[in-house]
Amino acid sequence: MAMILVYVDQFKGTALSASWEVLGAAKKLAGEMSASVTALVLGHDAGDVAKEAFGYGADAVTLCDDPTLADFRAQPFAALLSKVCAEAKPDVVVGPNTTRVRELFGMAAASLGTSAIADGIALTLKDGAVYVTRPAYAGKLLSTVVAKSRRPQMITLRPRAFPKPEPNAGANGAITKVDAVLKEDEIATKVTGYAIDEGKVSLADARIIVSGGRGVGGPEGFAPVRELAEALNAAVGASRAAVDAGWIPYAHQVGQTGRTVSPDLYITCGISGAIQHQAGMRTSKLIVAINKDAEAPIFKLARYGIVGDLFKILPALSAEFKKRLGK
Amino acid sequence: MHIVACIKQTPDTAAKVEVKDGHVTWGDAALVVNPWDEYAVEEGIRLKEKHGGKVTALSMGPETAKEALKTCLAMGCDEAILITDPALKGSDSTATAAVLSAAIQKMGDVDAVIFGRQAIDGDTGLTSIAVAAKLGWNALTYLSKIDAIDAAARTITVERLLEEGKQICDSKLPAVISVLKDINEPRYPSFMGIRKAAKASIPTWSAADLGLDPTKVGAAGSAVTWPEIYPPPAREGSVEIIDGTPEEIAAKLADKLMAEKVI
Repeated sequence: MAMILVYVDQFKGTALSASWEVLGAAKKLAGEMSASVTALVLGHDAGDVAKEAFGYGADAVTLCDDPTLADFRAQPFAALLSKVCAEAKPDVVVGPNTTRVRELFGMAAASLGTSAIADGIALTLKDGAVYVTRPAYAGKLLSTVVAKSRRPQMITLRPRAFPKPEPNAGANGAITKVDAVLKEDEIATKVTGYAIDEGKVSLADARIIVSGGRGVGGPEGFAPVRELAEALNAAVGASRAAVDAGWIPYAHQVGQTGRTVSPDLYITCGISGAIQHQAGMRTSKLIVAINKDAEAPIFKLARYGIVGDLFKILPALSAEFKKRLGK
Repeated sequence: MHIVACIKQTPDTAAKVEVKDGHVTWGDAALVVNPWDEYAVEEGIRLKEKHGGKVTALSMGPETAKEALKTCLAMGCDEAILITDPALKGSDSTATAAVLSAAIQKMGDVDAVIFGRQAIDGDTGLTSIAVAAKLGWNALTYLSKIDAIDAAARTITVERLLEEGKQICDSKLPAVISVLKDINEPRYPSFMGIRKAAKASIPTWSAADLGLDPTKVGAAGSAVTWPEIYPPPAREGSVEIIDGTPEEIAAKLADKLMAEKVI
């Protein structure tokens, strides 16, 4: 029986929501190609993630729980993934398109004599091969990409491009344990620490994003943007203009030279909508644009537009949403 | 230290990219150094300025890519090499990595290879990591900062930008690195640099020069093909402008977003 291996990306023992979206997409594909779905969990104290995978539809789970896997590092993770692939011979290996998984699949694919396909937004089965729809030229174009003959087909899927399945809390199954391939003294890179904004919503998997651009006028102009984001439990984004001006760190930049995002709701505040910004957000489900210039290109992408002074409109929106959402 | 900055020539980010007869065109828009790669070139030059040694700009592509390599020389790279060969057409990320890593091995004395995060045309971001796999070197990707390099002890300390925030790592050289935009501010080529680069002759290497088996490079050596490329569907509908006082606008918009079930 054909097998699809789903790599479950996790950070400090918590699976990324995008990992379960991938499991859902794999399950659908497995139905079409009569395959089983095995979830692969690599980490330390990650047993809960392994159990959770059954709830999201995994037929089987392979787990390596080892101190060397506490932090993601390409070398030990890729060595292990390559070994699992060589032994289990999956037809397809899928994972969410995060920094970790892109790196992991790219490295494992090169050692397995194939190439990975990154950032898929749709999968189609044809003649026994998975055709992957993916953006190119920063979303200005779409391409269909396929690995026709080499196996496994290694594919990362864009977060929020596939629906997350409803978890089935009662699901259970057998977990197969495997050993790590490398010992700590064989791994060159040591993770010495993290600098993480606790409690902030991450752009990559945010359901709602509020972004500010040149129109916010300065670093203090992001205060009403942040306030609206907090009211909506949203992440804060920014245009290149605002980042280049030094008003907000680069980690917030959305666009061709920043992050690509696909939230349910994307609210732009004082962003004109240059083609480079559109490249990073055009797949958002619903766009609301707030800009004082009625001719700004962003209004061509938006479902709802507000022409006016964002410093008057944003506080009113924050107050209204806080009221509606019971904050 | 010998640092290699790998670059690709791509259309400018402002280019209007279209598909005509199944081929991608960008009109008369300029071909430039892939914007992400400018940060790789700049970081290479900064490391050389701090630790001594030289920076080589390396690219695989058509003859026209020499123009992009000249930009790198004008910025301050010491040497530039173009790998060009019709047999390399259609290379996927791993096949490209096989060629680049063969060139890096041919140079022999390389301490670090620096890439931009991804090329803005293919957008795969996979080539750097595949080069690390081919060379068997450490991979340090998505760097927002190189904190320290000790060339003698062959150690490197870096900050990587992950989805959750920054990860700080100690590692060893030689390493393959990919850098993000906030690592530096790329310099403009100086007038002297431009004059020097204009006169420079850039050596070209073929697949045979790298000792590569012609059946294992280009389309023949690639797992991945891209049968179709097309413009994305246009976004449906037109914008609905909401007006009134700020409070009226807020109430109307909240009604609509709640009806759409996005909040």
